[in-house]
Amino acid sequence: MTEIDRLVARLRRYQGPVLTFMEVCGTHTMAIARQGLKQLLPDTIRLVSGPGCPVCVTPVGYVDHALALAAREEVLLTTFGDLMRVPGSRPGSAPAPSLQQASAQGARVQVVYSPLNALQLAREHPESEVVFLGVGFETTTPTIAAAVLQAEAEGLANFSVLSAHKTIPEAMVLLSGAEDLGLAGYLCPGHVSVILGTGPYEPLAAVHGMACAVGGFEAAEVLRALVALVDQVEQGTPRVDNLYPGAVRPEGNPRARALVERVFEPADAAWRGIGVIPHSGLAFRKKYAAFDAALRFPVSLPAPVEPKGCRCGEVLRGVLDPVACPLFGRVCTPENPVGACMVSSEGSCAARYHYTLEA
Amino acid sequence: MILMGHGAGGRLSHQLVEEHFLPRFGSSALSELMDAGVVGELALTTDAFVVTPRVFPGGCLGRLAAAGTINDLCMVGAVPVGLSAAFILEEGFSLEELDLHVQALADCAAEAGVPVVAGDTKVVPRGAADGLFITTSGVGRLEGGFRPSPRLVRPGDAVIVSGTLGDHGMAVMALREGLALGGGELRSDVAPLAGLVRALRGAGLEVHAMRDPTRGGAAQSLLEIAGDAGVRITLDEAQIPVRGPVRAACEILGLDPLYVANEGKLLLILPAAQADEAVAVLRDARYGQAAAVIGRVEEGRGVVLRTSLGTTRSLRMAAGELLPRIC
Amino acid sequence: MCLAVPMQLIEVDGRRGRVRGGGVELEVGLDLVGEVAPGDFVIVHAGFAIQQLSAEEAAESLEIFQRIEALLAEEDGRHD
Repeated sequence: MTEIDRLVARLRRYQGPVLTFMEVCGTHTMAIARQGLKQLLPDTIRLVSGPGCPVCVTPVGYVDHALALAAREEVLLTTFGDLMRVPGSRPGSAPAPSLQQASAQGARVQVVYSPLNALQLAREHPESEVVFLGVGFETTTPTIAAAVLQAEAEGLANFSVLSAHKTIPEAMVLLSGAEDLGLAGYLCPGHVSVILGTGPYEPLAAVHGMACAVGGFEAAEVLRALVALVDQVEQGTPRVDNLYPGAVRPEGNPRARALVERVFEPADAAWRGIGVIPHSGLAFRKKYAAFDAALRFPVSLPAPVEPKGCRCGEVLRGVLDPVACPLFGRVCTPENPVGACMVSSEGSCAARYHYTLEA
Repeated sequence: MILMGHGAGGRLSHQLVEEHFLPRFGSSALSELMDAGVVGELALTTDAFVVTPRVFPGGCLGRLAAAGTINDLCMVGAVPVGLSAAFILEEGFSLEELDLHVQALADCAAEAGVPVVAGDTKVVPRGAADGLFITTSGVGRLEGGFRPSPRLVRPGDAVIVSGTLGDHGMAVMALREGLALGGGELRSDVAPLAGLVRALRGAGLEVHAMRDPTRGGAAQSLLEIAGDAGVRITLDEAQIPVRGPVRAACEILGLDPLYVANEGKLLLILPAAQADEAVAVLRDARYGQAAAVIGRVEEGRGVVLRTSLGTTRSLRMAAGELLPRIC
Repeated sequence: MCLAVPMQLIEVDGRRGRVRGGGVELEVGLDLVGEVAPGDFVIVHAGFAIQQLSAEEAAESLEIFQRIEALLAEEDGRHD
């Protein structure tokens, strides 16, 4: 019997009331969908996707802001590929505008793998304003903080970041109390925890009664974490188990966190579909205001319009199964996405669309 | 408005062809949307080649331009008999680089035994084109009733690939500005498939369908075949050959090798009873050393992947351009 | 989500380094990790090493790559 068989057999032995666990990491969403892991679980264990895709939880107004920057002649916009297809909200235009379309119309938009590539473009194009679209959770933020500090050290004045960074534990606390979800616990994110460590999840277990397990991304790693979650529930002792110990240390990566704290400070942040969560975002500290693209290139935009009928909000909170959305697969598809969950390939809807057998 | 995704071979490309081209041309040969159109006993195809960068590990634009058109002819079962090549040159383009591409095109055609019989050049002002664009056309002869077509595909057939998947797309993507994946082990597979197809034909195998999985990758080609044939194709994930560096690069950039372009591979569907012989024939030929049976044809629809865990997932067409996924 | 992969450092030059994994190489920033040296394994995300990997974890990942490589090499050798 392989380890996977043993883990699955253990999960199938669970006989109690239905348990709902949430993963809050887009890479988990993808890994689970690609490997078809839900097919191995008994009906008594439900695994739902939460707000773990940073592109998906980014408010549509941010995309509008990015599009406005892309339209400026002096701006060379740099972004992770994830954001290219996300539609903005300009009402009345069909299809909704995206960075990909802006690029097709001549705007300078460059997909990069790393903020360091954006920095390099700033060095090579002193005549341009290189703006990096800073979207991401705790794993990504330190890389952007490091790029900002590097730009400061070099005196690169033509580099700035449009920040929509978010921190995940606050959202996890919020959703742990949602009665419509009825969560028993969290499959805690793998790479976010590399930076955070396990400490930030302790209150979830101690105060909110959530079973918590940090897991990796291979099938066995995900299943091990699920077994740990079921164990905690059966024993009635919610705690934080680290099932990704080679990569995740209890203390995380303090050096990375210190860089983030130098450049950014906590701020309230709007999550698409969820609303404003206090202290769940990161804003530039005054000292680094010069690198804040929102201050350097203020734009006045009409209030963003959420697409009609889109239920991404409920999907992001894990209370609506993507296929239950009336737009899913009919009006809303990966090439004509209505909501953000269908745009990013790691969004709950896109993962469902790509990897699930037709109903 | 045209987006990059309209050229990526996925659903957007399909829409473009079906809504903007087919209704206006409407010939029956074109509407079959095969790799090459068939007129009487002749197969005809044309393809425009643009790639950035133009020179990449394992090949260049010139080699791609020859192999692409030769392969399109081969996939409908034709023996390529002649090629034409048209060059659109940007003012200021280096003659030295032009020579490199023309030589590579010539070498590739010679390797496949196909003469280049016509050509054209146009020069456009600086900025009106990106260096060099090449368009090649090819004519092939259909003989001996060798006419693979998805319509011949039946439940019970085997699905074979002639080698590893994703090599070309990852070699090119790794060189894109802003990615810079190195290590020198990502190499394009660009190659003419005339020899492989000659070997299959020579062995007297009953080939039901062939496709070279270029843009959109193997997923795209198999979805098209399954759709045209009205069958389900089930793939065995563990049997799909992918080189380590391609797998690693895909992991770093969040991509799936099944959706990444190939330029020197063919997918082959034939009766399961002939599968072992077909694999042996491919493995004995140049460019077929890593051939493998990767799946089978069943009743149903779509393309289903069976994972090594025994779970399944369906494959869908990609939405458009492959974009690295990072944050 | 945050896509990250384990890779081995092959060069270190101040705050810049070069990593290799599965036959692919990448330039990375080393600002987010402490003292590291060639041979160390790190987790790479968005062009930065974000953590040094413990030896056991690295070995586990490496083993997967090596197994795939060995299989392919065997296959290639048989038919060249």
